[in-house]
Amino acid sequence: MKPALFNSLIDISDSPAARRGQADLMLEQARWAAAVFDRYDRDTTMRIVDSVAQAAHDHAAEFAEKIVAESGFGVAEHKKIKNELTAKPLVDFYRDQDFVNPRVDEARKIIEIPRPAGVIFALTPSTNPIATLNFKVLMALMTRNAIVLSPHPAVRQTSVEAVRLLARAAEEAGAPTGTIQILPEPTIPVVEAFMNSDKTNVILATGGTAMVRAAYSSGNPAIGVGPGNAPVFVDISADIAKAAQRIVASKSFDNSVLCTNESVLITLPEVESQLKIALKSAGAYICSESETEVLRRFLFHPRGFNIEAIGRDATWIAQECGIRVPGNTKILVAPITQIGVEELLSREKLCPVLALHVAKTKAQALSQARAVLRLTGAGHSAAIHTSDEMSVMDYASAVEVYRVVVNAPCSQGAAGFATNLAPTFTIGTGFFGRSSIGENVGPQHLVHWTRVAYNAGADVPFGNYHGLGRSFRGALPKAPADGVPGSAKAPQPPRQPSAASSIDNATKDELRRLIAAELRDLLRK
Amino acid sequence: MSQAKTEFLERSKTFWNPGKTQDWIDMGVDLVIDRREGYYLYDMDGRRLIDLHLNGGTYNLGHRHPELVEVLKAGTERFDMGNHHFPALARTALAEALQACAPGDHFKYTAYGSGGGEAIDIALKTARHAAQKKKIVSIVKAYHGHTGLAVKTGDERFSKLFLSEDTQGEFIQVPFNDLNAMEDALRGRDVAAVIMETIPATYGFPMPMEGYLPAVKKLCERYDAFYIADEVQTGLMRTGELWGCMKYGVVPDIMVTGKGISGGMYPIACVLISEQCGGWLKEDGFGHISTMGGAELGCVVAMKTLEIVQRPEVRSMVQFIGDYLRAGLNDIMAAFPDFFIGIRQHGVIMGLEFNHEQGAKPVMKHLYENGVWAIFSTLDPRVLQFKPGLLLTQADAEEVLRRVAIAVELARAEVMGNRRRMV
Repeated sequence: MKPALFNSLIDISDSPAARRGQADLMLEQARWAAAVFDRYDRDTTMRIVDSVAQAAHDHAAEFAEKIVAESGFGVAEHKKIKNELTAKPLVDFYRDQDFVNPRVDEARKIIEIPRPAGVIFALTPSTNPIATLNFKVLMALMTRNAIVLSPHPAVRQTSVEAVRLLARAAEEAGAPTGTIQILPEPTIPVVEAFMNSDKTNVILATGGTAMVRAAYSSGNPAIGVGPGNAPVFVDISADIAKAAQRIVASKSFDNSVLCTNESVLITLPEVESQLKIALKSAGAYICSESETEVLRRFLFHPRGFNIEAIGRDATWIAQECGIRVPGNTKILVAPITQIGVEELLSREKLCPVLALHVAKTKAQALSQARAVLRLTGAGHSAAIHTSDEMSVMDYASAVEVYRVVVNAPCSQGAAGFATNLAPTFTIGTGFFGRSSIGENVGPQHLVHWTRVAYNAGADVPFGNYHGLGRSFRGALPKAPADGVPGSAKAPQPPRQPSAASSIDNATKDELRRLIAAELRDLLRK
Repeated sequence: MSQAKTEFLERSKTFWNPGKTQDWIDMGVDLVIDRREGYYLYDMDGRRLIDLHLNGGTYNLGHRHPELVEVLKAGTERFDMGNHHFPALARTALAEALQACAPGDHFKYTAYGSGGGEAIDIALKTARHAAQKKKIVSIVKAYHGHTGLAVKTGDERFSKLFLSEDTQGEFIQVPFNDLNAMEDALRGRDVAAVIMETIPATYGFPMPMEGYLPAVKKLCERYDAFYIADEVQTGLMRTGELWGCMKYGVVPDIMVTGKGISGGMYPIACVLISEQCGGWLKEDGFGHISTMGGAELGCVVAMKTLEIVQRPEVRSMVQFIGDYLRAGLNDIMAAFPDFFIGIRQHGVIMGLEFNHEQGAKPVMKHLYENGVWAIFSTLDPRVLQFKPGLLLTQADAEEVLRRVAIAVELARAEVMGNRRRMV
């Protein structure tokens, strides 16, 4: 159907009524899908999850390249890794967690029944589009929710293609039609119509501050995240060479488009020159004062960060600034003497440019790190390189963030890929960052539990729930279309054991260990 | 009943239609529809009803669908009904849109009526002109409307009263699903057209047997008659396809759409005409004239209606609604197998069959008392017409099932007394 033909005379597509109509229709389809999905048992659910993860994995490289081409930033090779990480390893990380079956706590005489949110409306950013949408889709599926995604306009085309592919994989594996949908033409008023609709159960907002605030203002429950601006402190007790390597690896990973990337490196005079040398040998270029000035003017326009620079190569940025750097330069380091409103370079930089500040004392370093986060990035991430536990405690208790990465690249580490934090592409910035969740957002945030609580009195016995689950009736049988040949005999997909359930637990543990080790190696390089 | 409603019903009897007003009261349905929104009707006393009648699909998309209200309002900034003699922007635009989604490439023109009956008359006249024959074959208990020709194709219940039944032998009726009778009627090659509701609605949605409709079309071809599909109640996605005849593999020569095409907002009905049948439009374009037919505001609403029903989400909603209600109705049927004996279904076109010759009437009454409005089939009161909207929400579908279970039990007790249930 060509809508233009039907709108040729009176076109109301830009009216509030049309936006509401579109939101109602997509969200109600999602509601139906969620209602049917709630009838699915865990094996069927995980079969769908695994099929979608496989589809995401198979197309990781293809969509990495398409996204880089469409948006003009990031590193395809790194995006491929992120796209893969948010497929099968993500599912394996949560494989043992059961978001489908009730759990029984005999000691407390409590039964907990998982209840999916229903319809999730999810915003995805331009910086990590495919990884974020893989992540959100799989979280939704693990918890038997329906999800409607709204891609960032700068990466709309590839996002739509990717989501449709995942939706097809899900439906082929038996998911209800409409479990995964994407808004093909997201505009601010359209997105608002979806956010404000009472058919939306929860908004998963990853994106700009304005969007996140709008999500919180919608009147619907929202899980929003704030911007990052991670300080990284290299203590005098650190292994300086390794610290430098990790920082450069992190800043150059996908050219710093992960919001967990290090923004301001803070160190002390005792190790300043040693650190600079180590940074250089790891692939950093240390800018002179005049070069830093050019960089400052290039990156920060009167209206904010120069979006042209987001996710660009260090050499490209250097060239734009007329800074001559070696061809293998991975990041640019800009020494700064101040931190705060007067120093633009102490703000968030989603590009491989790292500010470097040398504090006089450790106490001042901590105070400067707090100052970095006062500018932006409250509740987000910070990193420290040290061998002194007390420094870790002092630093972590001082900075107002909910994750402090120790001796690891912050980009990957805070997002749970080079640490044992939960892998995520949605960083909860908690109360510091005006968000409702302070941990790495995961599937557990998309279900609530109905708690069935018995009388605590010792004289009132708890029931026997052994072998008692809730009944899962599965997909709706197809209603007949009377008189249409063969209509009533629509075959149901045969039930196959999911790939996971055919593997015993010992093998699963071993597999998980291998995957985790592989991941860490991959990201620590 | 409030004093205000009692007084109103008296006025209705005095000024409007005493018979109809009293009949509804006698059937236990004292409904005076006031406010309406989505699939909810509000009685003038404030009681809410979920609408499963939808006036035969007129309110497919719900009452006062916001996009239809918007497009009608926007339309009034520019158009009114228009001048029916002249080429008109909106009539042509809708005709072009209909042609793009017609159930066959051979459809060429659209002629307009202000309602379904008028459109049926246009279809019959068109077929007679093209065939240069007069006889029309329809189905016993068919229902195509109340205008001059349409009323003759239907049950005498509606024609004899007005001394308007066929007396010339031009309108032949054959039983539904009876191919021999159909062939006998066509064999003389003196029939201009067979007119078929794809699923006879007012007759309680008896379903065509597998292969019946395509076989009728084949007989038409064999005996030089045209096939007119009356898609007034089966079109516009109610079967899960835009036109019901498509699901049965029938490509008609002429197709009529009404009711739902108006979005319930502005009266209009359309006759899609194949190239072969459209000769009169070239020979004498003034041959049929209708001041209100194809009113341009109606065209504007119809275009939006067509656009909405073709959205992919609507197709999947129809599937969900049909499957979900069927599963729930099967459970209810299993609980009252001696009373609730059958379900006829194609998409969201459903007929519930009860084991009593007037069985659907008490069910209708108890549903009404329990907040659901669904109407019995006039020409087969054993069957309740059960017609959920295309956009029914999951929550409302669940509400409907809950209320149907209650009403069926009450109706069964009323009809069958306290006999033990056979379960």
